[in-house]
Order: sequence, then C-alpha cells, then structure tokens
Amino acid sequence: MAASVPALNRGATGAAASHTDHIIIEGIHKSFGSEQVLRGIDLTIAQGQFVALVGKSGCGKSTLLRLIAGLDSPTEGRVLIDGELLKNQNTGARVMFQDARLLPWKRVLDNVGLGRPGNWRQEASKALLDVGLTGRERDWPAVLSGGQRQRVALARALVSRPRLLLLDEPLGALDALTRIEMQRLIERLWRERGFTVLLITHDVEEAVTLADRVILIDQGKISLDEIVNIPRPRQRNSAHFGDLSEKILESVLGKESKPLDD
Amino acid sequence: MNQSSIRGKQSKVNGFFRHLLLSWAVPAVATIVWQLSTHPPEIFARVLPHAEWLSLVNRSASLAQTFPGPSQIYAAGGHLWKTGELLSAIEISSQRASLGFLVGGSVGFALGLFNGLFSFAETMLDSSIQMLRNIPHLALIPIIILWFGIDEPAKVLLVAIGVFFPIYLNTFHGIRSIDPALREMASVYGLKSWSLFWNVILPGAMPSILVGIRFALGLMWLTLIVAETIDADSGIGYITNNAREFMQTDVVLMGILLYALLGKLADASVRLLERILLSWQPAYQR
Repeated sequence: MAASVPALNRGATGAAASHTDHIIIEGIHKSFGSEQVLRGIDLTIAQGQFVALVGKSGCGKSTLLRLIAGLDSPTEGRVLIDGELLKNQNTGARVMFQDARLLPWKRVLDNVGLGRPGNWRQEASKALLDVGLTGRERDWPAVLSGGQRQRVALARALVSRPRLLLLDEPLGALDALTRIEMQRLIERLWRERGFTVLLITHDVEEAVTLADRVILIDQGKISLDEIVNIPRPRQRNSAHFGDLSEKILESVLGKESKPLDD
Repeated sequence: MNQSSIRGKQSKVNGFFRHLLLSWAVPAVATIVWQLSTHPPEIFARVLPHAEWLSLVNRSASLAQTFPGPSQIYAAGGHLWKTGELLSAIEISSQRASLGFLVGGSVGFALGLFNGLFSFAETMLDSSIQMLRNIPHLALIPIIILWFGIDEPAKVLLVAIGVFFPIYLNTFHGIRSIDPALREMASVYGLKSWSLFWNVILPGAMPSILVGIRFALGLMWLTLIVAETIDADSGIGYITNNAREFMQTDVVLMGILLYALLGKLADASVRLLERILLSWQPAYQR
C-alpha cells in the first residue's frame, strides 16, 4: 500500500485526538544531481500523530524529514502545513539530530534558550526540569554524557512549544539503557503536550514501541504504511508487539531477506 | 568544608607552585651559571690555589667584556632606569607596538570577517591577499622609508603590516571551519544575521582568532625590533643601537632581555584571554 492514508484514529490511549491534517505531502520528488532520492511520496499526517519512518540507509527518509522541516525544497510536488504551502523554513517545527548539536561555548541553560526572545530563562529552566536535568544549568556541554546532551537537545527543541517535532535518529548513538529512558521521556512529553512527531529510526522495535503509525520507505517510495494498534504503555514481550515488529522487519529487509548492508 | 576538599585545594596550590618552580628552573640555573662564570665569587679564592684563582679571574674578566654577567646587566639597567631613559624607551616602544597591532589587527580582523562571511568577498579579495602575503613584510622597509621617512608612521605601519596577516588568516579560517551542522541547527532555531554571528560564528571562530593574535604578537615585537634597529631616535632599539656604537655590551644585552620580557608579557596576556574566552573548552576546565 503506497497511496496516502487519510487521518486515522489514534492509538487507544494516545493524547487528545484531533482530526485535522497537520502535514500533507503531495507527489514529492527530490533529486540531488542525477540521483533520484524520493520518487513520488504522498502522505498525510494528522495533528498529534506519532509517526515513525523506517527504512534502510539511503532510502530517502532523512531527505523527507528535511523537506518537512523546510531545510530543503522538493524538486517536484509540495508540502502543506496546516493547509498552507511550505515555502521557507517550517517555523512551527523543531528538529533533533543524531548528534545533539549543542553550542559548546554556551552553558546548558543558554543552549536551551537559544533563539528564544525576551525573558527565556524561566521557560528554559522549566524545559530542563521536564527532561530531568535540573541542576545542570551552568554546566558546559563538554562535561555531559551523550544521553544528557540529547536531553538538553530535547529541552531546546521543546522550549518553544513546537507543534511538530522532527526526530532524525536522535537515539541512534546512545547505549541501550539510555535509549529506553529517552524513548520513555519522549513518549511521556508527547502524551502530555500532543504535538505531532515524525521519528526516523533504524530500530523497528523502537518504531513499534513509540509510534501510532510506522511508514517504511524503500528506494524513495512508501512501501508499507502500518497502524500500530497496541495500547500504551506497550510491552515488548506481548505477542502482538512481536508479530508486528517481525512483519515490519521482514518488509525492511525485503522479500529475499538479504542481510542489511549498512 | 570537609577534610578532603581542603586537601584537594592544598594539592591544587602545591601543584601550582610545583609547576611554577619547574618552569622557571632552567632559566634560573642558566642565570646562576652565567653569573658564576663571569663573576666568580671571592669564596673560590679560599679553596683554589692562588695561581688557579688568578687565571680564573682573568678568564672570567675577559668573558665578562664580551658577555657581561647578569649583575652587570642589572647594573646597566639600573643606571638607565635612574636617568629615566629606560622607562621612556619602554613607553615609546610599547606605544609603537600596540598602535601598530591595533591598526593591523583591526584591519585584518575586519577583512577576515568580511571574506569569511561573504563568499563574493572571498572570491574578490582572497587571492590578492594571498599574493601580498608572500612578500616578507620586512622587505618593505626600504620603500616605507622612502615614502614615510623614519618617523613614527613608518614604524607603526611596518608593525601593522606584520600583524595583519596572521590575524586575517586565522579569522578567515576560524569562520570557515565552523561546523556546518551547527549552522544548520542555528537556522532551525531561527537564528539569523546578527544573532547568528554573535551566538554561533564569532564564538566558533574565537579559538582560531586567538591563535592568530598570539602569532601576531610575536611578529609585532619582531617587526618593531627590526624597525627600531634600522633607524630610530628613541625606544629600546635606539638604546641598544646607541650602546653598540659605544661598545656597551651590557646595555645591548639588557635591551635584548627587555624585548624577551615584553614578548613574554604579551604572550601571557593572550593566554589569560584564552582562559577567559575559551573557558568552555575541556582543556581549560580544571
């Protein structure tokens, strides 16, 4: 199933449901030189939905995220945000990258408040409280662990109360334990605030744990669009979870079940 | 305060003194050996046979003529200090140095920023600057004397030219080497023009800019020494050059040591600046 999927019902215990379409992607193609990265993507994401994008390296998922962030523009097709054509940067969106990208010359609190107008210190402190880093306001990023840096990056992303959070494999470089902690943190904040999330991940289990909907991109096209109907909080050891993960993983690997080449 | 933190503080203080002691050990030993070999103390007369002592005194006296000992240099400096010549020479030399540094440094910094920030400016100017950079700036002395004579502007200009290149190059390089990922992040967070410059570009380029300043300060003194030695009617170079004509080796050596001291002082001040401006770098967090 490669066609667009209309706004779907949210998972049973998701945040307040809303039926407005937040992001509409119509016939997107993107080429870099002669290389075609995206070849006709149609996608509709509802306000407040948690969507995971999975796929092999180089399948075009990061490119799609950059188009939605407005960091790149499509070669063909268009991106609509709340029904309006996205021309420049998507100001309602915040991006978290695989590396935290903190400014090393700013203390933690100043990093969180980056680009915030007016009296931002209070909201930045509040954001640090939300990610469990109170007391580290005056630290330099260099002294933090990888997981703590990503928490600061998350606080920085959320301090402006964005409506869309774009996560470009932000947990890929973390150790297994820190990763689960961060997953829970992101899920909790999403449920409290109800922003829309687009998460890119290599980890199918992570996608199934967090997302309302898992989309597989293969060679620049959507090759699977799966609703995850498992009640939250999700147990990884449930049969349903296992079946679904297995199904998605099989699709990622392809029919011939070649080993991943990344 | 508990026991261990007191001990920690104490070991920090001890470490500081040990570092200080160790870093000054070599110059201190060199000075003592130098002093002893040019001015053997009387106590040697009691332990050495008389003939040996006399020949030692002779040899050290002739050595002291070509290579005066620390006490002679100190005395020469003390004499010049009393007459006020020394202080006014230091003042005038420092003035020339800092004025040249300020002029050359600000032009270099401004051009470095300009070419680093705008690629059209780089295309237009950088290759010309690279061409000029390959001229040793001291080779310009004859033409500068022809144009400006031997007055103050000539010396200041020469220092300014010497200082310009390291600051230009390092400012430019510092801006160009900022991680593009950080710039992209900044643009996602809505930083534009002035706030982008102030929050990302300038602090990102700062380590490189400070390296440039350190290089420039070395070149600043070097250029000034050459300029003052060639022609001057005041300043440290004038004193040493004058002393050369009267064979006052001790004064010449005093002038050389003075340059070393001033150079060290300039370097120490940049180190302090680095400690303040780059306190975010792990190397400065202790």
